[in-house]
Amino acid sequence: MKRLFPAPLLSLSLWGLWLLLNLSLSPGNLLLGALLGFFAPYIFAPLRPSPARIRKPGAALRLFLLVGRDVVVSNLAVAWGVLRAGRRPPRSAFVKVPLDLHDAHGLAALAMICTVVPGTVWSELALDRSVLLMHVFDLDDEAAFIEHFKSTYERPLMEIFQ
Amino acid sequence: MSALLTNAILFTLSVFTLAMVLTLIRLFKGPSAQDRVLALDYLYILAMLMMLVLGIRYASDTYFEAALLIALFGFVGSFALAKFLLRGEVIE
Amino acid sequence: MNSLQVLPFWVEVLTAVLLVLSSLFGLIGALGLLRMKDFFQRMHPPALASTLGAWCVALASIVYFSALKEGPVLHAWLIPILLAITVPVTTLLLARTGLFRKRMAGDDVPPEVSDGRQQGH
Repeated sequence: MKRLFPAPLLSLSLWGLWLLLNLSLSPGNLLLGALLGFFAPYIFAPLRPSPARIRKPGAALRLFLLVGRDVVVSNLAVAWGVLRAGRRPPRSAFVKVPLDLHDAHGLAALAMICTVVPGTVWSELALDRSVLLMHVFDLDDEAAFIEHFKSTYERPLMEIFQ
Repeated sequence: MSALLTNAILFTLSVFTLAMVLTLIRLFKGPSAQDRVLALDYLYILAMLMMLVLGIRYASDTYFEAALLIALFGFVGSFALAKFLLRGEVIE
Repeated sequence: MNSLQVLPFWVEVLTAVLLVLSSLFGLIGALGLLRMKDFFQRMHPPALASTLGAWCVALASIVYFSALKEGPVLHAWLIPILLAITVPVTTLLLARTGLFRKRMAGDDVPPEVSDGRQQGH
């Protein structure tokens, strides 16, 4: 079964996406979506350097909800920072974060999470993947920020991907 | 559609237009090329949000498809411009 | 499907509030883009509109169309998901472009992070 479906989550999500885009549950669409989900991993196999194995779906779901909550909170913080920029300009700075996560898929997920949360933007990754350069919109305490970042995002990702 | 919703939609569209004008100022002013790419990308996002609001106003599903198209084209356009600024060519 | 159909009042109030909220986020994003003094600071406000702005509009669309067609109409949440995947990629690439070009111009940005290239600084 694993030979037939090398990436079951990808196939399943493509099927669901096809049905959602076409807004129907007719048998024709079900079949087309299933075909799309079945063939996509084979078509995209040359692009993928190594298979992604997600170890703990529960931790992934918790991380998803955590990111959702952080998005809302950070949005309000950045909006407040923009509105206050006349009186107190935001103190932006580049921060170097030493990384413990080395898995490629984990780093990709970390980059997306870090950038989708407004207020932090991932800028550069060292070639040996040990240090990360990030730009932060409003920085108070660098060490506290690094500690918060690693414990909130990197640790769950290390559980999921390593 | 009551007067409340009609006026709210009118307000929303005017505020989005004002945001687009401000972004246009940054597009002209931006001292560097990457500022202008950022402004262009934001214009695409604002246009997409306006499409969705128009979809509510005219109660039609077509605007949703148009919004998806705008999002995709905006992404590809901004990505190509940024890649060009970084490397000097888009596809190596 | 008719826009002259009368909807319950709470649906219209909720849709109106969400739409106005999203437009205000779009405006704050544009203000930030215009007023910030440094390119890297300017990258953050547009993310406001593409996250919370898009969430509010998508939610308004879901609420309105579900009430209109009297059944759940959920396709609008595809937009925030698509934005959440594509906007970080563009922002990341723009950040690297900004760093690259400022380093070439000799501006005040941190030097490259890779160990092999930090020689003799």
